[in-house]
Amino acid sequence: MEELVWLIPALPLLGFVLLVLGGRRLGEPGAGYLATTMVAGSFIATVLVFVGLLGKDAEERLFEQTLFEWIPAGDFSVDVGFLADPLSITMALFITGISSLIHLYAIAYMHGDKDFSKFFVYMNLFVFSMLMLVLGDNLLITFLGWEGVGTCSYLLISFWFTDEANATAGKKAFVTNRVGDWGFMVATLLAFFTFGSINYGEMFSGADGMATSTATAITLLLLVGAAGKSAQFPLYLWLPDAMAGPTPVSALIHAATMVTGGVYLLTRVNPIIAEASSVAPDVIAWIGLFTALFAASIAVAQADIKKVLAYSTVSQLGFMFVAVGSGVYVAAIFHMVTHAFFKALLFLGAGSVIHGMDDEQDMEYYGGLRKFMPITAATMVVGWLAIAGVPPFSGFWSKDEILLGAYENNVVAWVLLLIAAILTAFYMSRLIFLTFFGERRWSDGDPEAHAAADEPVADDGARSFHPHEPSPLMWVPLVVLAGLALLGGLLNLPFTGDTKILEQWLEPSLFGNEHIATSGAAGKWTLAIMSIVAAVIGVIGAAAVYIRRRVDKSVVEQPILQDAWMVDDTVTSFMGGPGRKSFELVSWFDRTVIDGAVNGTAAVVRHGGLVLRRLQTGFVRSYAVGVGGGAVALLVYFLFRTTF
Amino acid sequence: MFFAQVAPDSIVTPDIAWTALVPHLVLAGGAILMLMVWSLAGRWLPRWLPSMVTAAVGLGAAIGSIHLWRRVTDADRGPFSAVADSVGIDGFSVFLTVVISLTVVFAALLADGYLRRERLDGPEYHVLLLLSAAGGVTMATANDLIVLFLGLEILSLAVYVLAGYHNRRAQSQEAAIKYFVLGAFSSAFLLYGIALTYGATGSTNLVDINAYLRSTVLVDDGLLLAGFALLLVGLGFKVSAVPFHTWTPDVYQGSPTPVVAFMASGVKAAGFAALLRVFVVTFGTYADDWKPILYALAVATLLVGAILAVVQNDVKRMLAYSSISHAGFMLIGVHAASADGTASVLYYLAVYSVLVIGSFAVVGVVSGTGDGATTVGDFAGLGARRPWLAFAFTVFLLAQAGVPLTTGFFAKFYAITAAVDGRSWALAIVAMLSAVIAAYLYLRIMIAMWLEGSDDDAPIRVPVGTVVVLGVAAAFTIGFGIFPEPIVDLARDATPALVNSP
Repeated sequence: MEELVWLIPALPLLGFVLLVLGGRRLGEPGAGYLATTMVAGSFIATVLVFVGLLGKDAEERLFEQTLFEWIPAGDFSVDVGFLADPLSITMALFITGISSLIHLYAIAYMHGDKDFSKFFVYMNLFVFSMLMLVLGDNLLITFLGWEGVGTCSYLLISFWFTDEANATAGKKAFVTNRVGDWGFMVATLLAFFTFGSINYGEMFSGADGMATSTATAITLLLLVGAAGKSAQFPLYLWLPDAMAGPTPVSALIHAATMVTGGVYLLTRVNPIIAEASSVAPDVIAWIGLFTALFAASIAVAQADIKKVLAYSTVSQLGFMFVAVGSGVYVAAIFHMVTHAFFKALLFLGAGSVIHGMDDEQDMEYYGGLRKFMPITAATMVVGWLAIAGVPPFSGFWSKDEILLGAYENNVVAWVLLLIAAILTAFYMSRLIFLTFFGERRWSDGDPEAHAAADEPVADDGARSFHPHEPSPLMWVPLVVLAGLALLGGLLNLPFTGDTKILEQWLEPSLFGNEHIATSGAAGKWTLAIMSIVAAVIGVIGAAAVYIRRRVDKSVVEQPILQDAWMVDDTVTSFMGGPGRKSFELVSWFDRTVIDGAVNGTAAVVRHGGLVLRRLQTGFVRSYAVGVGGGAVALLVYFLFRTTF
Repeated sequence: MFFAQVAPDSIVTPDIAWTALVPHLVLAGGAILMLMVWSLAGRWLPRWLPSMVTAAVGLGAAIGSIHLWRRVTDADRGPFSAVADSVGIDGFSVFLTVVISLTVVFAALLADGYLRRERLDGPEYHVLLLLSAAGGVTMATANDLIVLFLGLEILSLAVYVLAGYHNRRAQSQEAAIKYFVLGAFSSAFLLYGIALTYGATGSTNLVDINAYLRSTVLVDDGLLLAGFALLLVGLGFKVSAVPFHTWTPDVYQGSPTPVVAFMASGVKAAGFAALLRVFVVTFGTYADDWKPILYALAVATLLVGAILAVVQNDVKRMLAYSSISHAGFMLIGVHAASADGTASVLYYLAVYSVLVIGSFAVVGVVSGTGDGATTVGDFAGLGARRPWLAFAFTVFLLAQAGVPLTTGFFAKFYAITAAVDGRSWALAIVAMLSAVIAAYLYLRIMIAMWLEGSDDDAPIRVPVGTVVVLGVAAAFTIGFGIFPEPIVDLARDATPALVNSP
């Protein structure tokens, strides 16, 4: 059934085309249901391919399907083809599955928006591009998908582009991603010159014994691309701002799928990383480690609920980079999947809260919401325990694998990562406590209830809120995702070889490059207990600050953390100060020399054109002179070439 | 009995492979039959019938070529000569026969609405169109310089008349006169070139000439090279290579728009067929002598076409100059003098024919009654008035500019690849430069259509035939821009050959 692989991206593409042609006529909610059906169909196709692959022996689970030769040109031939292997199908499974749920959620979330059908046009285009990214059998198709998801991301971030901030955020994402794309393109060229092909299969069979320096260069260039897409330091700046888009977009693109593209890419090229010098994986691991810590520390002090989740995503992606850098690719993919479950859940839950609270995103206005939104609260608690790393929730198992990998790679890295894990448990507990527990810090306009609240912290008096549970269309996806976030750990339980389902399944895609843990059972238990302790410390710490109020929250919420370590401001002021000066120089150069050259060329073309135009008199006699003159010129030329 | 004794039996008629001549016979026979039927019964026949019949005839000729394609691409049978070594059937000729036949179909469909709008309808246009296409097919299959000349004249005479077909429009008359005078002038060059070649090689048959030049070293090649020069003038005129291009803008601007669509596609295809067969195939051994001059012609054609296109204000003139610059791209393929180069020209001709017909189809409906509204200003606001029309034109313009995911991209890509493979770096750079300059003009039309407003709200009628042409052309351009392989493979398999009758 793996021949059906073309159907996986084809269905969302069909949805996109149908919506472009008739989306407006379908209107609301028809357009949303059409889009959801297409993505759900794509999920079913993925399941069929998955079943097809399962029916084969492990080493035969690589199915390549070439649709057609796209650029047939001698040496440089690029096919449009798909590669269905355990890695790509794992990705496709959770991408289409979560996309279906989020599409369903968005039908209710985008209710009443004037561009309802346009939203689903972009969403289906996004799913198509994302599937091209993961299913492509060569770097160019992956790159096309890569650009496609980027484009959809900008379009959706600035979906409400009447809003100045949203349009700016879209631009920021665009510019940052250009840096990453540059790395990807140069790496593609380098791969072509090295292997003579950019097809994954051909590249990997040629990778054995390639020059270490080339492998290192390709790895590091791809890392630049991956860091841009997966928001790693210092290319993370765009992701927190990307939260300006509608919340289902944040859940789908900026948490579950697109941002994991970088991790996928690095996992895909594992045979090349294996040939690179050991510096390359170390760089990957340390970038991930720094990002994980750095972003987690910022998340601790954010007031905007979506900003907390955004920095949390950056931090969790850092965990996955650590896993890739430590050679535990299975842990990276495992965490990617569980993270997709619980982070999509948390975002959708946050969306439900924002929806119920009249689009208010500041947690200072929340508090005690669990009584008003029980389903949202219960599902988000599941997400919280999963990301905090409390067993038996899914996040515990996947994070534990990464910590084990980091420990065996470098003990210092393990310690730092454990601190990041404590911070994770802390900031997520803070989010849950501030939102669902404690006293109400909002008013429903009823003076009595208002008086009952203990000192309202941020009551502006003028606004009243009526929090309520959203429609079933929104909470059903929450419940499904909560189930997945709870049980996701079953994919790869570390007890015996047989329970490591994901590890066995992914084996053919990893070509034996997976680092196999060497620690004994005692060591593993100790590490697991340490990570449980870390989670508990984080939760208790947050409870002490935000529920029991033993410590004032100003101790935790340092201004520098609220300002995200001033990086954004520094960049801005640098751009305004010395940076601006140098840019002015560049711009002067651009204006005078480059533009001068361009305008000069245009002027020469125009002027030359006007001169030549005078030759076009309209008189037959002068045209005949032209033909005759040309004939004389040709004759003279050939006469000089004759041999007599 | 008596006559049989007197008649000399020394005239031996050659064997004719009639089945190989199906496209020729369908086109020419269709024209003659149509003329007869309409002169006898024209008044009782509906007004839309001529263009439908012509389209059917063109389609018939294309379908009649399919069995030939099977035959010549079959390894066991291969190319062959249909009539006395002078009409050769090979992949190359069949490919171009199909291209020319299909341009007839398009030109006929476009003409239907146009001729009725201009009150010019009648069978004459279609008869001339079919005759001209028959001449073009003869040129594509010619294996003898005399047959080539015959084909060229059949083609040209019909097109001269078609250029002046709009008898109430002075520009149309002017175009016909200019085209005729200059065309006759250039035909004279061609004929003289044939004579000189005959003098140098002792034959007008391309197979014999090729064999002779392969086996003999000419002590004095002056006559032959002078023949090259004059043949190039004659054929360069037909494909509008600079400096033999001067007629192009005036004739394109003045002639009825469906005729221009045919001139820029079918006529050009026939011209390149002759150029490739005579120079690349027959005079291949002398490539070192003629390549530099084709290099110069290609550079001049690329640059002059693009630069002059930019300073025009009339869309028909713009497209005329842009067609000159496209001819420059095809000349690159001729200059390469290689199998890939020939394939690149064939691919270019096939996809460019569709693009240019689609473009002139849009111009033909926007120009309105009288065929006069063709300035850039007349296209302002088209995006708001007729979005689908503007969309189709945008597709054709983007493809002409060589934007990826359209057929135009691959056309330019293969032309430039042919130059790079031949190590003509400078030529490749000039080609890219020309593409950049020309992109400006396509953008200018697109900006006018989409971004500029217009207070002209006169309705634009798009006849059914034109809708069909636009739809097919746009689908072709985008479809084969995404899946280029089928056309590329056909162009690669369409190899020219020179073979005698067994």
